Amino acid sequence: MTISILLKTTISILASLILAPILLGIINRVKAGFAGRVGQPLLQPYYDIFKLLKKGLVYSTTTSWIFRWGTLVSLAVIVCALLIVPCGPFPALISFKGDIFLLVYLMGVVRFITVISALDTGSSFEGMGSSREMFFSALAEPALLLALMGLAKVTDSFSLTSIANTLSATNWFNNGASLALLMGTLFIVLLSENARIPIDDPNTHLELTMIHEVMVLDHSGPDFAVINYISALKLWIFSAIIAPVLFPIHTNNIIADFSVWLSGMVLISIAVGIVESSMARLRLTVIPQFLLGATALAITAIVLTWIG
Amino acid sequence: MKFLFTSFGIWSFTILCLIVFGRRERLCSVAGGLGVISGSLFAIASGVTTLLSNSYECFYLNWNYIGDKISFALDPLAAWFVIPVCGLSLLAAIYAIAYDWDNETGYSKSFSWILFILLLASMVLVICAANGVVFLMAWEVMAVSSFFLVIRDSAHSHSSQDAGWIYLIATHLGTVFLVILFLLAQAQTGSFDFMVWEKQGLNIPNRSLLFLLAAIGFGTKAGFVPFHIWLPEAHPAAPSYISAVMSGVMIKTGIYGLIRSIGWFGAPIPHWWGIAVLVIGIVSGVLGVLFAIAQHDLKRLLAYHSVENIGIITIGIGVGLVGLSYDNAGLIFLGFSGAVLHVLNHAVFKGLLFLGAGSVLHSTEEREIDKMGGLLKRMPLTGVAFLIGAMAISGLPPLNGFVSELIIFISGVHSLLSKDVTIGLCGAAVVGGLALIGGLAAACFAKAFGIIFVGEPRSDKCSKAEESSPLMTIPMLVLAMLCLVIGLSGAWLVAGVAPQIVQNISKNTSLDFAGYQSQLSNALMFVGLTGGLLIVLLALFVLIKKALIKNRTVSYGLTWDCGYTRPTARMQYTASSFAQPFLELFKPILRTRHHYHVHMPDNMFPQGANFHTETPDICHTEVYRPVFLKISEILMKFRFLQHGYIQIYILYIALTLILLLIWKIR
Repeated sequence: MTISILLKTTISILASLILAPILLGIINRVKAGFAGRVGQPLLQPYYDIFKLLKKGLVYSTTTSWIFRWGTLVSLAVIVCALLIVPCGPFPALISFKGDIFLLVYLMGVVRFITVISALDTGSSFEGMGSSREMFFSALAEPALLLALMGLAKVTDSFSLTSIANTLSATNWFNNGASLALLMGTLFIVLLSENARIPIDDPNTHLELTMIHEVMVLDHSGPDFAVINYISALKLWIFSAIIAPVLFPIHTNNIIADFSVWLSGMVLISIAVGIVESSMARLRLTVIPQFLLGATALAITAIVLTWIG
Repeated sequence: MKFLFTSFGIWSFTILCLIVFGRRERLCSVAGGLGVISGSLFAIASGVTTLLSNSYECFYLNWNYIGDKISFALDPLAAWFVIPVCGLSLLAAIYAIAYDWDNETGYSKSFSWILFILLLASMVLVICAANGVVFLMAWEVMAVSSFFLVIRDSAHSHSSQDAGWIYLIATHLGTVFLVILFLLAQAQTGSFDFMVWEKQGLNIPNRSLLFLLAAIGFGTKAGFVPFHIWLPEAHPAAPSYISAVMSGVMIKTGIYGLIRSIGWFGAPIPHWWGIAVLVIGIVSGVLGVLFAIAQHDLKRLLAYHSVENIGIITIGIGVGLVGLSYDNAGLIFLGFSGAVLHVLNHAVFKGLLFLGAGSVLHSTEEREIDKMGGLLKRMPLTGVAFLIGAMAISGLPPLNGFVSELIIFISGVHSLLSKDVTIGLCGAAVVGGLALIGGLAAACFAKAFGIIFVGEPRSDKCSKAEESSPLMTIPMLVLAMLCLVIGLSGAWLVAGVAPQIVQNISKNTSLDFAGYQSQLSNALMFVGLTGGLLIVLLALFVLIKKALIKNRTVSYGLTWDCGYTRPTARMQYTASSFAQPFLELFKPILRTRHHYHVHMPDNMFPQGANFHTETPDICHTEVYRPVFLKISEILMKFRFLQHGYIQIYILYIALTLILLLIWKIR
């Protein structure tokens, strides 16, 4: 019994590690579709990563060991974070009461390392990006945690795995308004933490307007491949948190459950693509209000659980 | 307890030696250091045995001059505070020997060490006192000895003398509240003995007043907003190892007092106490970290982070109090154990950070963050230690700060999932507040580490900086190791000590904590495992990368600046720029002042211009300064009584006596 669970968990982790970059491919295809282009192949993120892995490296003479090994710390941390998130019907390997906080703070480690690596280059562009990244994520963090608390409140359980297992269609009937608001908050945080429009533009070409991309300007070759892979995993983790809320369906067939969950993940990526195609970036000064708005949504959702 | 008396013996003997050695500076340094170290080792041994055996020892001195027997007690709660006090003092003493070795200090070495030992001994005494009068006397010695240490190097700066005065006044105003509290308690129970108070319970109708007195009195020492204004003044002025001791453990005596006083009030306590403490905690935490972000001075920044961390501890205490008033075992256990664990953790990482700041200051003679840079290459050990401290204080796993914050977070969820709306809203406030504090703290330390230790040096002194001596780096590395060890082994720590400490705090309840303890240990075990896995994965990835790039070309070049090839260090982003978005958003609270000096162009080309910002403490400028100005304005009206003639003053005395006589006769 335990061995079969362990086997399933291992398979689900491997699946996450392999499938993660495809979400970026889906977003790009959706954006291309809206722009009337054919767009890059669905597997382009994989091609990029493999190409970069084969290249040499250029380091700035200003940098120290932090810049050289920081990306690997981030990778190790994000893989650990992945182990906390349940993969659809498969329970997470690391699951305990309060694992939500471990997940969020592991993301914090990735951010911290990225920021000090960026400052390590001594570039003012990267400094500016770091400052903005820390600023927006400091505001996004309460929103994220309160939204997850809202889910905990609705399902009366507080590990990610038990939340995903408990969520069912009944929750949507009883606490539909709360769940909708929480979905909204989580989606906004997903956009913010993954450097997507309307907070950040992953495709901008001007260093001054970048947030996340500017911080990794000096990374090259395998280091940059790792960074691309980390962003893919990050998007995967956030989508994996939202997907069970979107489709809280439990049949007893594990394959059916898994495909439902996977379709949820794809749907979220499509939504990100649609947002990116239909919206412009917000002005930097408006973003704090946007994120505080997300926090307000989460608080409202929590208050509604007592009423509803 | 026997070990503890040995420590006091050693400390007294060392003070005698220091007096005898007098002006022989080197000898005094060694003797003082050895005295502190050996005495602390005995005190730590005493604390550890008390904690592990869950014993309670009491010692009475049969000397009734204050109406009560003089008494000391060592229970697990006191032992838990004695350990960090002595542990950090021990490391600070090792550091101090090297820090002051060649430095021209304001005092002779012998006086400086005597003050240090007095401070250490009085902190231990405050924690072990079981009698109000003994407590206040130790409290006073602690305040005065630390005051003299704060102004030690004030010969070259007026500001540090001012800082000393602000500290002395603040701490005495705080003590006034404690004196009133103890007198009221004595009036009710007829004794100054803490055990009598615990047994009888201070159940007078207006005991909420007593609680407020305790919160203000102890809160001033701990640094609750708005009583925190002495911290950002005193910590930067003191020598760095004294800042480490004051910020790491001395302010915790305030927390200790507050926790101890909970036991004096009989159950059940009113609901609003816990909520009020919770609000104080969140406000202190958020304001502390916001003002920290706005600072340009490294030690001032660290001082504001003490306010923040005291806020986090207080949030834990608040949750515990809410639990006590609602008889909720989960909240009591999780809240209090998170708070006391954070006391230890804050001592470790704040001690580390202040020692790191001292090492930087020692080597560069610079406290301004914007003039530093690139120190990681020049001071590798200080840099690594500071990085670990910075990550720990930001609450990042797998380090110790995360463990205690996680416990308080979990207490918040427990509270949130409650059916009662009041408790639930408290829980939401805990989670939201702590999340905001955590995010802002991470930003602040990304700024501090990123500007100070990486990039290019922004001043000459920084580019010539050298690593400090091993006596200074070893204590930092020990503390850095402790950050990691506590982070990985939180489960054992909680299982081993939390139940007896929490039992100690909430003596009046008979609730069972075992279920919560195993749940928490389980959670922390997973945190430790994740940390271990993280390290293994990291090692694996490093090996893979090394193998991967073995035959690749690794070239070196300039940082990308849009093709610009002559960058200078001054073109880097500064700490002030890094903090600017935060200052802008929280403008209404921070009220940063912008000073522009622009020379209007009077010919074809623009002239030089400069700009700087400062963020004075809002409580200082908006609350205390106006109040004190008003008071002195009123008092000035009585200036006419002063003439400078001694005859007239004698007349005043005579008149007063006559008035008193008439009043008595009537």
